[in-house]
Parts: sequence; C-alpha cells; structure tokens
Amino acid sequence: MYKYYEARLKNRTLTLKEKLFNISLGYVLCIVLLATIGVITLYSAAGGSWTPWASRQASRFGVAFGLMILMSLIDIRYYLKYSTVTYIVVLLLLIAVEVSGVVGMGAQRWIDLKIFKLQPSELMKISLVLVLAKYFNNCTLNNIESTGGLIAPFLMAVFPAALIILQPDLGTALMLLFTTVVIFFAVGVQWWKFALVGGGVCALMPIAWHFLHDYQKNRVLTFLDPERDPLGTGYHIIQSKIALGSGGIFGKGFLNGTQSHLNFLPEKHTDFIFTMLSEEFGMVGGVLIILLNLVIIVYGYLFAFRTSSYFGKLVIIGLNTNYFMYVFINIAMVLGLLPVVGIPLPLISYGGTVMLSVMASFGIILCMDINRDINFGRNSFNED
Amino acid sequence: MNRDNTKGKILLQRVGLIALFNLAMLLVLIGRLFYLQVYQAEKYKTLADENRISTRVLVPPRGVVYDRNGVVLAANEQNFQALIIAEHTPDIDQTLKAFKKIMPLSADEEEKIRKDILNNRKFVPVKLKDNLSWEEVAAIQLNAPFLPGIVIDEGLNRYYPLGSYTAHFLGYVGAVSEQEQKDDPLLLVPGFKIGKSGLEKAFEHELRGKSGSLKMEVNAYGRIMKQIERINGKEGKKLELTVDSRLQQAAQDAFGDHSGAAVVLDVHSGEILAFVSVPSFDPNLFTTGISHQDWNALLHNERNPLTNKALAGQYSPGSTFKTVVALAALEAGVINENTTFSCNGKMMLGNHAFHCWKHWGHGSQNVVEALKNSCDIFFYEVALRLGIDKIAETARRLGMGKLTGITLDNERSGLIPDKSWKQKRFGTRWQQGESVIAGIGQGYVLATPLQLAVMLSRIVNGGYAVSPTFTKMSLKDKGKIKKLPYSKKNIEIVKRGMYEVVNGEHGTAAKARFNLNGVKMGGKTGTTQVRRISMQERRNGIVRDEDLPWKLRNHALFVGYAPHDNPKYAVAVVVEHGSSGSGVAAPIASAILQKVLGLNL
Repeated sequence: MYKYYEARLKNRTLTLKEKLFNISLGYVLCIVLLATIGVITLYSAAGGSWTPWASRQASRFGVAFGLMILMSLIDIRYYLKYSTVTYIVVLLLLIAVEVSGVVGMGAQRWIDLKIFKLQPSELMKISLVLVLAKYFNNCTLNNIESTGGLIAPFLMAVFPAALIILQPDLGTALMLLFTTVVIFFAVGVQWWKFALVGGGVCALMPIAWHFLHDYQKNRVLTFLDPERDPLGTGYHIIQSKIALGSGGIFGKGFLNGTQSHLNFLPEKHTDFIFTMLSEEFGMVGGVLIILLNLVIIVYGYLFAFRTSSYFGKLVIIGLNTNYFMYVFINIAMVLGLLPVVGIPLPLISYGGTVMLSVMASFGIILCMDINRDINFGRNSFNED
Repeated sequence: MNRDNTKGKILLQRVGLIALFNLAMLLVLIGRLFYLQVYQAEKYKTLADENRISTRVLVPPRGVVYDRNGVVLAANEQNFQALIIAEHTPDIDQTLKAFKKIMPLSADEEEKIRKDILNNRKFVPVKLKDNLSWEEVAAIQLNAPFLPGIVIDEGLNRYYPLGSYTAHFLGYVGAVSEQEQKDDPLLLVPGFKIGKSGLEKAFEHELRGKSGSLKMEVNAYGRIMKQIERINGKEGKKLELTVDSRLQQAAQDAFGDHSGAAVVLDVHSGEILAFVSVPSFDPNLFTTGISHQDWNALLHNERNPLTNKALAGQYSPGSTFKTVVALAALEAGVINENTTFSCNGKMMLGNHAFHCWKHWGHGSQNVVEALKNSCDIFFYEVALRLGIDKIAETARRLGMGKLTGITLDNERSGLIPDKSWKQKRFGTRWQQGESVIAGIGQGYVLATPLQLAVMLSRIVNGGYAVSPTFTKMSLKDKGKIKKLPYSKKNIEIVKRGMYEVVNGEHGTAAKARFNLNGVKMGGKTGTTQVRRISMQERRNGIVRDEDLPWKLRNHALFVGYAPHDNPKYAVAVVVEHGSSGSGVAAPIASAILQKVLGLNL
C-alpha cells in the first residue's frame, strides 16, 4: 500500500502488482455481467442449448478477457510511442483488404489468419483514436483552434473511412467519422466549425444518395417507412417491434419468446439479440442491459476525469465514444429508431471480431486509468 | 504553459457535455422501450399472436336427409383425394410421372398442379385428383413405394343415392359464390359447399351445422409446432321428409318418356308424399363438378330438365278446373244437384259460338253427368250465371292463384283472373265470354301441378285448407288447419261426379279405373290446347293431335284421389304435350294411386 502511494506521488512506472491492484473492479464486473447475460441469451436463442452459440461465445469471452487484462498491463508509454506506426500498419491492411477484394471479386472485409479473421476496420477504430489522441496531445490550443491544424487529423480519419466505405461497410465508416467528430469536439474545436461542416454535409446529402448501394438506399427508405415492404426489408423492423412490444414489462419468460423461437425474428443471435432478450425478459431485462452499459460508459468518463495525462483522457473519450455508438446504434436500430445497419450489440451478440475489438478497447481504457497519475508533457514523456 | 492549462480545461468541459449527451441518448432508448413494451404492449401482443397462432376451421358433416321411412336421400360420402407434399419427394417430376402411369392427368390438370406446387410452401399438400374410386385408391397405395410424397386424404362429398329421383325437391349443393355473404367462417373454407337449390337451400341453416376450430402454433414458415386448442363444431341437423322414396320412384317411373310433373299429397295434412318433375337430372353431377358438356346438354334440352315443373310450371288447368266451378256454383246456389243444361255441341253468346269438345253434344246434363262427361256446355252455362268473381273466390280458397308457401324457391303463383285483375292488367272490362272460357279452365286461368293437388285435397278432405309441406306435421299443427265454408252435401256431389269420371260407364277416365279390394279412385281429366285451332282445321277435323310435332300437342292433365269413399291421397298429374288427359295423364295418376295404396302408409 505504501509503495503504491509512493509510486503515485513519485509519478513513476508501476509494478505489475500495483497495476493489478489499480484495475477498477466495478468496471470489470459490469463487463463480465453483460457477457454472462449474453451467453445466457445465446443459450435461449438456440432453443435452450449450449451449441452452437453459447459455449463458443463463453470461451471467446475467456480469450477476450485475457486480451483485455493484457492490454491493460502494457506500459502506457508504448501506446503513445507506437500509435503512429500502428495506424500506418492498419491503414496498409485496409488497403490490402481493398486490393484483395478487387482481385478476389465481391465484398471483402477481413484477412483470414486461419485462427481468426482479422478485420482491419475494427483495428482502425482503435488505432485512429490512439493516433488522434497523440496528435492532439502534441498540439497547442492555438493549433487546434486554427483551421490549418485540423487538416492532418481530418485526413487521418477520412482516408480510412473512405476505404471502409468502399468495402462497402457504411456503418463502420460512419462510426469512425462520428468518433472523430467527438474527439474534435472534445479537444475544443469551435462550435461554428461543426455547424459549417454539418450544414455542408446536409447540403451534400442528396448527392451522396446517388452513391449509395441499392440495399443501403432500401434500408434507409424502409427505416423511414417499414410498412413499405413488410415482407422484404421492412420485415426485420416490424417483427422486432412486435417481439419487443409483446414482451411487455416482465417478458414472456426465459426460453418462451414466441417471436424468436418460432423464427419470426431474424438474426436473433446477432444483430437482433437485444430484441430477443427484451421479448423474454421484458422491459425489465431491456432496461437492465441499457443501465449496465450506461454504468460502463459513465465509468469511462469518470476515468477520463481522473486521468492526469491529456493523451490518456483523449484515448478514453475516443474509445468510450466508440463503445457508446455500438450500444446506441444497435439498440436504436432494433427499436426502430435508426435504419438497420448491421451493427451488433457488443458483449451480447454472437461474434468474435467485435468481442475482441471491444475488449481490447476496455483493456486500453483500463491501462489509461491504471496509470492515471503518470503525466507526460505535450511533446514527450515526463521522465525526471 | 497557461495555454496548456486552458487546453486541459476546455477538454474537461467538453467531456462533461459528451457524457451528458451519451446519458440523454441512452435515456431516449429507455423511453422508446417503455413506449413499445408498456404503452403499445397490447397492440403488439395481438400481432405476436396473429403471427404465432393459425386457426383452422373444422367443417362439420352436413345433416343427412331421410325420407318418411328413414331411407337416406342425401348423405355424405367419403371423397378420397390424392395429394402431393413436395418436401416428401426427392424428385417431383419423377413422382408425377409415376402417378400419371396409374392415373392419367390432362395437360391442363398437370399445369395447374405444378403451379400449385410452386405457389405453396414445400410442406403444403397439393391436390392431384379427387373423387377417387376404391380401385384407384388401392392402386395408388399398392404403388406407394414408387410414389414418394403422395398421400391419400379423405373429405366428405354430398351424395344423393336416388340421384335424379330426388333432384327437383332436394336440390343440390355447390361452391359458395362471390356474392354470398360470408358471415359464417365455414363459407370461407376452400371447397366448402352450401345448398344451391331445393330443400338443400331452404334448410341450409339447419343442415350446415356449426363450425369448430383448431388453433395451432405455427412458426415463421407456417409449419405446425403444436396444437393449442380444439373446439368441436356441431354437425348439421338431420332432416326427415314426408316423401316416400318408393312412391317417388314409382311416380317418376310412371311417366316413362313423357315430360311433366306429379304431386302426391296426404289430403288430411298436406304432407307431400311424392314430388315429381320429369325429365330430371343427376344432382351428383353438381357435387363433383359438372362438365361443360353435361351442363350445356341440360341447359339446352327442350324439355327443360332443370325446371321444377311441379311448382314452376304454369298450365291451363282445363277441365280439371270444372271441379272448382261445380263447387262454386253449388255453393252459390246457381245450380243444385238436379239442375240440368242441354248440350247440343255449341252455345251462342251474342254472335260467337262456344263449342263443346263433343261436336254432336251430350244432351241434357246435370252436374254429376257434366263432370263425368266433362261437358263444356254445362260449365259455359254455369260460368255465365255464376260470374268470374264467384269462380275466382272459390278457386283462391282452394289454394289457386297464389303461392302455396311451400319451402322451395322459384314457386310460381299461377293465375286466377277476376274483374278487377282484368281492369288493372289490361285496363279493359271483363267480357262475359271470358267467364265462359274460364268456366272450363282455359283463357287466363293458370295453375301449377302443386296447386292442382292442393285444390283437389281441399275438396276431397271435406273442405280443410291444408297446405303442402315436406316436413311432418305435428298433431297440434294438424288441429290448426282451417275449415273452408263449404257444405258437406255439395262436396259430396262434386266427389260423386269425380267418382263417375273414373268408374261410371263411359266416364272420361274409365280406362284408368282400378278396384283394389273395393278401393277405387275418383278424379277429373283435362286436356288443354297449346295452340289455337283454326276454323279450317275444325271443319276438316282430320289432324289428329298425336300426329302434330311434340311442341304443339295438347297438355294432358288429371287430378285424382283414393280411396273413393274415404279419400286419403290426392294426386295431380300434368303431362306436357301428352295429347290426352284421359289417355295419358289418367293412367299415370292411376298407377301412382295404386302404388300409394299398396304401400299402406
């Protein structure tokens, strides 16, 4: 205990034991709780069976949990030091995916590493946050408030976003851009610049519409009016609302969701898992999920407040925003508030890629929080 | 350094805003959840149930119709269908090919089957062929190994064991048409049949029964997961008729190749014992789906097999109407038993001559003799003195000129003219000559065979206003039958006349008489012209009616009853273009009455 305080006061690197002691238990507990609920829901989705989803998801979470702890124990200075290199490597991977996609016909989003499929766009979500945090860490306020200082970070975000749109994965690209906007906002870019860009985007909307794929146009149109095509694309939204609404306050009971088990609800184990959960556990279950996520997000901002380094604050804000967007977009989508864009509910939906990416983010956030007392200056580490 | 502090402060301010924004957005989600799961929960619960629950209507068997002795007239026959379930066969083409070897399918049928298979989900059975015979069912089952996916299913078809004998009063069932009100879920069941004519239609409500329902849980693809609830329906009520199937068949057979109608009534109750209209048709053709060819043959037959002549055929009653005129005249006091008129073959009214059928005349005739000989002159004289309104009043009381109220469709009212009718219909005054013609049941007078049977029943039963019915009458209802204000004496005089028609020497129906252990019949013949006979023909008198084309020959009528001394049964027979009441209609009526007496009901 004494050594811990000593370390904090002396602003030096922590020992492994100190680091482990510093991990926020409440934060980790919420994450484990959500993942457990996810596994239980997947058990129900398979009609009360561990196969094919629940057991695999549980073991994946085990691996991802290890990854999270690993990421949290890495020396915080490495994140600052290697963020640019990482960004460049991930950008090259994105380009590689794009090229192989062109060569190998059709949409390609991942690189097959045999053990798992590496999805560079997921890596980009993290590395973009890191590289932007590093950039703004090194900026003066004058740089930030000048227009010229924003050109470099703007390009850093737009270039990968453009590559991801080409994949085509509009949802991920938009998430990337939104995260960038939030970081820009956090560092103090003036309001009027957002207003200007926002106005410009609205003006360009009709033109952008032409470049959307037909299925993307359909999703937007169907979102605006699900009854337009009740058996086609609107089916998902309508059936999701029926499943939710019929669940009522307390739900139909575990394993008793009629909409899910009779297959009226599509993608019940992936994108629409929140619907299935809320059908079986009702509004009580749905609100519990939202509140747990809220606690995780609030924890994040708490960490941001108590972290002394500017870099650490920005990394947490970026990754937290990223996580918030997953949760919000997925739930808003199944509630019929947003178009169906194929964003899963992290920790709950079946799937390894998002699980790994989200847990890695949590690991980095924890790392920032563990080393909250280490302050490094604008241009380099404070290594007195 | 100062700027660095400001930079950090701005970040903290902005983070606070971002956190608030996130919080607000998540609260929006909770709000939406509340809206869907609490505020709109009922609406979505209903929708979820509509998704999940499939209700199938259970069709009750239609009520069976029996004759008065419990013989089945309309039954439900098992209908075997061959169905194919696409998901149970590895190769639909191969299965269909194998099926066609056993049961040939026309190109049209095969095309329809393939369309049905394509338009339905793979587990939905599609009909290949129905109304399979036992042999066909056996053949399909024997070849089952080569017919994967083909199953035999049984449904119910309406079946009329007596076929054409009962067609005209039972009617038939058919598919529900677009126009019919769909207030009963049964009417929406594909292939459901309802009464389209006859008693099947009149008693539709009783015969149909009440539908049951089967609630099943289905998944998104429509596959049945489990049964939730089963409510059994109520089968249709059985219907017992007053018709005697043996008499019905004998009566219809008695017509041979003739066309026409006959109605046999129980004179005391009005119960219908036989109800014949010939030629008839086979109602079973309608249940299994009549071919275009058969339908056209029925529709364009000049003898109108689809028309129920017993109640929709209107004929001049001719001399059978003399019974009505005789009773009217006796009751009015215009004549009595002994009043005579002299017949010399014709009667002059102004400068118009009215002829008797017997050109040289009958001589002096009283009412009994006039009936026996069917003397036209006697009735001309009587009608002239009686006036049309008196005749009409009696005829209507005896059930003519208006609907009898029988529970069948398409009944026609016949026609009993009177002065006000003529004024209304033509705007001209009634002529005396028209009364003369009406006196022998010609001119405007029209009656259906059913009305003639009712009229005769009401006379021979002693003046009780019975009405025809297909269902048995309770004793209470029998007690309610109204007595008509006719004296027993006058009725006996008319009956004596009718007795003489058959049993008197040279009575017009003498050839049709019978004597079954002292039981005899009475009756009245009638022969009515279908065309006008020109004076030229009358003078030449060489064209025999039998030599004319069928369509131009006279109608032959006979109304008869038995036993003569204590009447129980009345029959009216109309033979279309039968030429002669005495020669054709009377023998048919005689055969029918002998049959009914022999049955000893």
